Amino acid sequence: MSFWEYANPTRFMRLSGAALPWVAGLAALSLAAGLIWGFFLTPDDFRQGSTVKIIFIHVPAAMMAINIYVMMFAASLVWLIRRHHVSALAARAAAPVGAMMTVIALLTGALWGQPMWGSPWEWDPRLTSFFVLFLFYLGYIALWAAIEDPDKAADLTSVLAMVGSVFAVLSRYAVNFWSQGLHQGASLSMDRQENVSNVFWYPLLLCIAGFFLTFLALLLLRTRTEIRARRIRALHQRMAAG
Amino acid sequence: MAALLRRELLLALRSGGGAGLGVSFFLVTILLMPLGIGPESGLLARIAPGVIWVAALLACLLSLDRLFQADHEDGTLDILALAPLPLEAVVAVKALAHWLTTGLPLLVVAPVLAVTLALPGAAMPWLVAALAAGTPALSFIGATGAALTVGLRRGGLLLSLLVLPLYIPTLIFGARAVDLAARGQSPATAFLLLGAVSLGTLALGPFAAAAALRMNLR
Repeated sequence: MSFWEYANPTRFMRLSGAALPWVAGLAALSLAAGLIWGFFLTPDDFRQGSTVKIIFIHVPAAMMAINIYVMMFAASLVWLIRRHHVSALAARAAAPVGAMMTVIALLTGALWGQPMWGSPWEWDPRLTSFFVLFLFYLGYIALWAAIEDPDKAADLTSVLAMVGSVFAVLSRYAVNFWSQGLHQGASLSMDRQENVSNVFWYPLLLCIAGFFLTFLALLLLRTRTEIRARRIRALHQRMAAG
Repeated sequence: MAALLRRELLLALRSGGGAGLGVSFFLVTILLMPLGIGPESGLLARIAPGVIWVAALLACLLSLDRLFQADHEDGTLDILALAPLPLEAVVAVKALAHWLTTGLPLLVVAPVLAVTLALPGAAMPWLVAALAAGTPALSFIGATGAALTVGLRRGGLLLSLLVLPLYIPTLIFGARAVDLAARGQSPATAFLLLGAVSLGTLALGPFAAAAALRMNLR
């Protein structure tokens, strides 16, 4: 039993159809639990007051925005190397979700920045690189939409994802060079003793799991839609051919 | 390769001022800046490096969508792809021709325009050096974008969305080098990083662009 068996669309449809309700249910459950716990059952921060609670949406959304881009990169690479259609369609399905996560991260950041920094937007390296990431998502989605032939579109967007990833990383470090940061450092890391306080840490983990599962559910759903759209297209072509 | 370069240059120079247009666009954009912002020389000197660099990006972008489009329409690109010359070399030559006709003229006019924007004299050599080091990267990154959008009917607009975000590192390091020189600090770090970006795109750009072209021609 190999992972690659799910590159077969029929097998993928069967598995994803069975898994989708479970993933969606778990996503709703963990998101609801995490957000309720985070919003109502945690204390206010002694300096930031209740605005600290934006962390439960902002941090998971920002993490997903980056992780989805990495996932698109990996899926594009799989398409270029092994030419599995499901992989290309998964990359296509993931892009709008990633773009929305970027918008959520930017908007919640603006909501928090208004009372805390005194302005909703600062040209800070982190904020700016997120803006750039959003543009990369837009370009990727636009290129998919612009090309008629699906295989050619998959090829070209994969090249764009490769080139874009290189430049996304490059831009991330270039903007550090360009401006001093105002954004706080990482709130979470595996190798550090000091993270956010435990009171916030556990509901935050739950929220991250919820966002991840939500993405997974959306990804499965959207990939299934793409596969079905592709089948309809093939049927149309067959009918037109006679 | 020399024959191809000669052909590209001749086409650019003789077919309706393709080369002159980029420079004219550069001139107009920079003229618009003081008109929009106001004639205070202190403010203009402060923003001059950024304004000149942004105008250079836009001027390079302007002629990019014709880089492969005309050859794709009349079938020359198919012939070039079948020729014994590797497609990577074709892309490199075309990008080089694009730089010679749009990037290089900017080097000549940029110092003159910098004087009108009251850029300090000490930054002048660095402006030319930074443009010389950075504009090849613009052509080579742009070639990749142009190769991706070559078959599309309205590729030009899409091209700007794809290519301009890729120009960010070049813009940051290039404008920063000039800005540091204008403030009397050492621009060496920014300049070296700019050179690194440029050399990297020179080495890798043709491969990405040629891969995209092959996909488009298949």
